[in-house]
Amino acid sequence: MRTRTLELSVGAFVLAGIVALIFLAVQVSGVKIGEDDASYSVTARFNDVAGLRTRAKVSMAGVTIGRVQDIQVDMAWGDAVVTLEIFGKPGNLTTDTSAKILTEGILGARYISLLPGADDETLASGDEISDTQGALVLENLIGEFLTNLGN
Amino acid sequence: MTELLQLIRGVGVRALAVIGSLGRATMMWVRAMTWVPRWSELGLLIQQIYNVGFLSLVIIVLSAFSIGAVLALQFYTQLARFGAQEAVGLGLALVLLRELGPVVTALLFAGRAGSALTAEIGLMKTTEQLSSMEMMGVDPLRRIVAPRIWAGLISVPLLTLIFNMVAIYGGVVVAVDWLGADPGGFWSGMQDVVQLWEDLGKGMVKSFVFALLVTWVAVFQGYDAPPTAEGMSLATTRTVVISSVLILASDFLLTLVLYGDL
Repeated sequence: MRTRTLELSVGAFVLAGIVALIFLAVQVSGVKIGEDDASYSVTARFNDVAGLRTRAKVSMAGVTIGRVQDIQVDMAWGDAVVTLEIFGKPGNLTTDTSAKILTEGILGARYISLLPGADDETLASGDEISDTQGALVLENLIGEFLTNLGN
Repeated sequence: MTELLQLIRGVGVRALAVIGSLGRATMMWVRAMTWVPRWSELGLLIQQIYNVGFLSLVIIVLSAFSIGAVLALQFYTQLARFGAQEAVGLGLALVLLRELGPVVTALLFAGRAGSALTAEIGLMKTTEQLSSMEMMGVDPLRRIVAPRIWAGLISVPLLTLIFNMVAIYGGVVVAVDWLGADPGGFWSGMQDVVQLWEDLGKGMVKSFVFALLVTWVAVFQGYDAPPTAEGMSLATTRTVVISSVLILASDFLLTLVLYGDL
């Protein structure tokens, strides 16, 4: 009888731990069970990413559709190569999609906004988005403004 | 001159003693951990999980609820000034999963179960149960020490998970049910930001390392305690002090390694 209650208590304890794990994964981390979590990646070159970080969101029309996977600098061209992870299967972005780096709020985090094009062909995994616009850097803007003022 | 020599000698003796006990502890741990629980010996392990895990549940659940409630209250009153009450959920979840859950659980475990382990093994040594086991050809490291270390390694992560769940529930009770934060914003804000590996997974890595440290310190202090009443009381105190300091120091290092982006 003694061992029986012992085993039951330990079993209940382990079960409680597993329930807690499921709760934390599903309710707190928001992991969707059974959801199609396919994704593919495309690259985009920007002249300036200005504080864009990996894991920043990629959005279209304000809806998050992916994340920034990797940021590398191409020394030869002097621009940044950003790898974007797009949720879903290849075929949901046209080849003339344009990418823009924007800022959330005034001091908020940088994110990438995609604007769909009108092309019939779609981007495959590993393709490059050619139409890009880098982040606006305040110092550059002020510099430009002052130069124009001088003229 | 002689005083200076005495001082240097004293420091040297202390240092050697520390290094020596570290060596003994490592040897004990390695010898004990070559024991992997077999089916026939599962009873020993279950008994120990009951002792260190199940019996720690009450203190864990009570502390978790209070900590979750206090955190929610503090977050809410500060965030309400900016009208960002819904951010309570994500603040609460991040703080708990990354830091407070693993650390506080390990600290409570050191106080509740670690000291008990030290006292138990120390008493076995004092009453010469360990040496009589050796006499009978039973290795006390395998029979006594190893199941306790395994039980700790299994129990602490489980307790951490339960701690996190109960603390978040405590936060919900205060922020949503009592103060009236919007439950939709509360949960979705949390789910948007919290990531499975980055927050929950890395928190559990911490918890596992803490489990290793606490059980190691506790069992070694008991095993190495001088077989006197004074030695035992010193050993139990040491268990709590050393493991608490180790938890907090290693937490900093772990955070640096896991989240530091170095």
